[in-house]
Amino acid sequence: MTEFGHTPITDTPETPRDKDTILYLNNVTVSFDGFRALNALSLVVATKELRCIIGPNGAGKTTMMDVITGKTRPDEGEVIFGHHTDLTKMDEAEIANLGIGRKFQKPTVFENLSVFENLELAIKGWRSVKNCLFFKLDKATQTRIHEVMETIALSSHASRLAGELSHGQKQWLEIGMLLIQAPQLMLVDEPVAGMTDSETEQTAALLKQISQDHTVVVVEHDMEFVRELGGFVTVLHEGSALAEGSLETVQSNEKVIEVYLGR
Amino acid sequence: MLQKGIIRSILEHDKGGKILITLLLVAAVIVPVLNLLLPETSPFHLSAYNVTLWGKYLCYGLLALAVDLVWGYLGILSLGHGAFFALGGYVMGMHLMREIGSRGVYGHPLLPDFMVFLNWGELPWFWYGFDNFFFTFFMIFVVPGILAFIFGWFAFRSRVTGVYLSIITQAMTYALMLAFFRNEMGFGGNNGLTDFKDILGFSLQEDTTRSALFALSAIALIVGYLICRYITQSRAGRVATAIRDAESRVRFLGYRVEHFKLFIFVVSACLAGLAGALYVPQVGIINPSEFSPINSIEIVVWVAIGGRGTLYGAVLGAILVNYFKTWLTTAAPEIWLYFLGAIFVGVTLYFPKGLVGLLHKMKKNQKVNIAKGEAKP
Ligand SMILES: Nc1ncnc2c1ncn2[C@@H]1O[C@H](COP(=O)(O)OP(=O)(O)OP(=O)(O)O)[C@@H](O)[C@H]1O
Ligand SMILES: [Mg+2]
Repeated sequence: MTEFGHTPITDTPETPRDKDTILYLNNVTVSFDGFRALNALSLVVATKELRCIIGPNGAGKTTMMDVITGKTRPDEGEVIFGHHTDLTKMDEAEIANLGIGRKFQKPTVFENLSVFENLELAIKGWRSVKNCLFFKLDKATQTRIHEVMETIALSSHASRLAGELSHGQKQWLEIGMLLIQAPQLMLVDEPVAGMTDSETEQTAALLKQISQDHTVVVVEHDMEFVRELGGFVTVLHEGSALAEGSLETVQSNEKVIEVYLGR
Repeated sequence: MLQKGIIRSILEHDKGGKILITLLLVAAVIVPVLNLLLPETSPFHLSAYNVTLWGKYLCYGLLALAVDLVWGYLGILSLGHGAFFALGGYVMGMHLMREIGSRGVYGHPLLPDFMVFLNWGELPWFWYGFDNFFFTFFMIFVVPGILAFIFGWFAFRSRVTGVYLSIITQAMTYALMLAFFRNEMGFGGNNGLTDFKDILGFSLQEDTTRSALFALSAIALIVGYLICRYITQSRAGRVATAIRDAESRVRFLGYRVEHFKLFIFVVSACLAGLAGALYVPQVGIINPSEFSPINSIEIVVWVAIGGRGTLYGAVLGAILVNYFKTWLTTAAPEIWLYFLGAIFVGVTLYFPKGLVGLLHKMKKNQKVNIAKGEAKP
């Protein structure tokens, strides 16, 4: 396992920044005490695309999301949102308000707030202190929250504290929060971890539906789930993109097989 | 009419708050009546000493409320709120000093006694304006508010949290204590400000003035409670709870966490300042020991004992603990701190939700028992 090229092998879009490119990572490197979690990673995501990122544990998938959302500053490289917004210069809140939403690997919901309140805080708008102090829940917002609760099958738990939900329900609540935030770009880190098969299937259907009007980037280990989603796949390994293409293409790629079997 | 509607909506679903406010309103009327209208021979007569003592407890209640707002709802364990309280107290103290006018021991028309004693020729610039009550009233909020703003601006922007934040709040109050101890600061040094004569022309020795100050403290506590309750049950309050439980998650939703922290921290500091300003005319003195770090820790203990994150629990804790303190410091002053430490440890171990949590639990058990009793044939 010597030099895995920094250039993805297959199906790389010719011009990295087409007019409908929503996210462009160029040569992004992140080191933690000398260890390169991301190593000259380049990635292009097109608008309304459903992209799956796979890769062994520690490949840098979560770190990549940290870089996009402003949690981690890259040592090198650029992260461009839309046409020329450089995300590396912005903080988490600014990036979120640009329209980038995120679901965390470990489900993080507000445990001491109810399901309804969690969604209410996520809903688009009312972000300043002043707006929050004088916020009144209007009919349309209320309806929207109920719609989303319906979608994520938590209608009957509206007033329960999020902390009392099961692991799978918390995952769904977090997806619901993402949905109601209505970002242009959604980053979803391991959405089906800890879910039953039928829950996984429902989640796949939900994400597919969401990706009709949003750009969705999903990180997942569950190959069945990735197949189900059917999007374009990027394989990450040791902080760089090892291969890209449909799931079949990458699964037949020798380097990918080596990485997955050799670990 | 409109006002009533607002207050009602603020207190919706807040039984504890309704009880507290009712009690405070009753006290604001009854206490002055028992003191002023009943003859001293009556068994129901309340001495001026007691009126002032309870007025002091109410100020502590307001201070505890301020701490609960930041600790209970925002998760900031401030160990420096004593500083905001003391600053409010000093602002009021400066006004009361200026009111003495030429009636001081040295009879200087402008300079307070301690300045004459230190051979100062003129009034320092920062003492200007405090002869005016409205200016003073304004400064009661502005001075602690600005300190909280500057402190919070730096601390919250650089994302200092948890224990580190608590430690720097302690350092802040400690530094202020050292500064105020120095005569050169111009606030009376070691002795602080004292020998006040009157407020707005009313003698501080008069029973009527003392009763009025008690009633004002009760009203301030009610207003403070309503403000805190309004904030905590607004969307901003829910954002605060979210920040307390998962700060970084709130950022990824697009909220400016530092703005929310700053706003609530400043409001809290202003309330603490108001408490200090009402406290000083009742106890008759303000000195640098009010900045002492141990004072700030004590406030946190009151809140923990009463029940963090409930607002009325904080008030209850402050009043109860100080009631016992008064009693114990006359009976056996040397054991007070041990005693306080012991209840704190006991409460955190056995009733982590404080007295309010204990009450809720008892009520629940009672309900269960009743249900059981009914279920029996
Ligand atoms: N804050 C950090 N400090 C030091 N090392 C880190 C930090 N964050 C991540 N790493 C390291 O960087 C590497 C990549 O981590 P990352 O979480 O991005 O992997 P991942 O692909 O998401 O893995 P998984 O599938 O297990 O979630 C790992 O080796 C991890 O230990
Ligand atoms: Mg990960």
